[in-house]
Amino acid sequence: MPEEIKAHITGVVFQVTTKPGDTVQAGDPVIVLESMKMEIPVEAPRAGTIAEIRVQEGQTVQEDETVAVMA
Amino acid sequence: MFASVLVANRGEIARRIVRGCRRLGVRAVAVYSEADREAPHVRDADAAVAIGPAPARESYLAIERLIQAARDSGCDAVHPGYGFLSERWEFAAACAKAGLTFIGPDPEAIRLMGDKTEARRRMAAAGVPVLAGSPGPAADASAAEAIARETGLPVLLKAAAGGGGIGMVRVDDAAQLAAAFTAASRRAQAAFGSGALYVERYLDRARHVEVQVFGDRHGNVVHLHERECSIQRRHQKLVEESPAPRLAAATKDGLTRAAVHGARAIGYVNAGTLEFLVDAQDRFYFLEMNTRLQVEHPVTEEVTGLDLVEAQLRVAAGERLPWRQEEIVQRAAAIECRVYAEDPAKRFLPSPGTITALDLPGGEGVRVESGVETGTVVSVHYDPLLLKLITRGDSREAAIARMAAALEATRVEGVQTTLPFLCRVIGSQAFRRGEVHTQMVEQGAFNA
Repeated sequence: MPEEIKAHITGVVFQVTTKPGDTVQAGDPVIVLESMKMEIPVEAPRAGTIAEIRVQEGQTVQEDETVAVMA
Repeated sequence: MFASVLVANRGEIARRIVRGCRRLGVRAVAVYSEADREAPHVRDADAAVAIGPAPARESYLAIERLIQAARDSGCDAVHPGYGFLSERWEFAAACAKAGLTFIGPDPEAIRLMGDKTEARRRMAAAGVPVLAGSPGPAADASAAEAIARETGLPVLLKAAAGGGGIGMVRVDDAAQLAAAFTAASRRAQAAFGSGALYVERYLDRARHVEVQVFGDRHGNVVHLHERECSIQRRHQKLVEESPAPRLAAATKDGLTRAAVHGARAIGYVNAGTLEFLVDAQDRFYFLEMNTRLQVEHPVTEEVTGLDLVEAQLRVAAGERLPWRQEEIVQRAAAIECRVYAEDPAKRFLPSPGTITALDLPGGEGVRVESGVETGTVVSVHYDPLLLKLITRGDSREAAIARMAAALEATRVEGVQTTLPFLCRVIGSQAFRRGEVHTQMVEQGAFNA
């Protein structure tokens, strides 16, 4: 089942640490947000494969916005 | 004295510096990013210059834009505040090159103390105690491991090019060292532009005590006593006070002497702070020096009755320090609480948003330094500090009672804040007894 990964906080995409096709474990950082001088990873909710990354480095994302999709 | 000062900062500290300028009849010029067009610090100033888009790299961290703003607005000096460019020697040097007085130390002192391993070496050479660790940056993970085995675990891996706890990693087990080294080095590279790390022995249950120093260009260096700042999260302070509770007179004396000696050894001019760790046996060790005004400077101002920003301006203008050492006395007790837009229930995650309601306390012995008002948008681009509450009393107990009431009277709506957490700290028996150390917050000592 595809599953959307949402940002749990508003911030700017500091780093995209995965790409489509990557295998991740639950808790692995998918992207890293920067908010108020802090780096905050958005983590994979479960083990699986990244199907899609919807954001780019430098982009602002809102809380609850989908940043990636797991296959 | 200067005719006009560019205030190269934002938020509460920009407002504080504008007030300091006013006191001396100096024109204060604010700068602002596109996100801060409506900010209170812009209105406070006599004039304001737009310096670029919201991201700090393109505005408050853009050296050439700030120099241009100072020139365009006819300023003859620049006050950097704290954070942003305040500890970038390149900024101080660029000001000098442009014929502007940088209100702070010389670029060389900033560079020396900004290189954290060089700072350790300099202080050790001056006889200031430092923690066991690497003499310089560790070449790689295996070099760090060798040093860690020698000093004994646990150790801290710290960024050589920057302080404030950013990118700092604790290592308890030699087997974790290689992975920790890679992660810390990457973070240091991202934050400071250099991945160099050094190793320092880790002190368990230590207290963070720092000493405010001040030097002038006439060979005078004084201290303005100590501040206790052990209540921290992510190695960043939340509560500060002076005098430090439960600090033996001999230890305090040793700290202030070491601080003045260290500052003198590097020919330090203007306001600075030497940070120390104090262990359970009252031994103290130099951590780092902040070559700027501290966030918590109001604590010292309330305790001594002296104006640090005014003194910064006077000293930068070439005047002698306005006080002799024997005139600088701890006349009261003072506490500061930092109200951040962070959610203490979610491990202090940032909480950007719009402030929909704001009530601030007042009255005898209560001081508020706020950078926000109702309607302020708390942006993701900047530090989450909203405001600081400072209370003063004849005794520590009186300052604590005032702080408890001040926290109770403060209301911030629209964003989550550290207020409920601060209430728990100030109300706790551990804090009231002065039994604090730097790991308490992480260990959950003040959890709801």
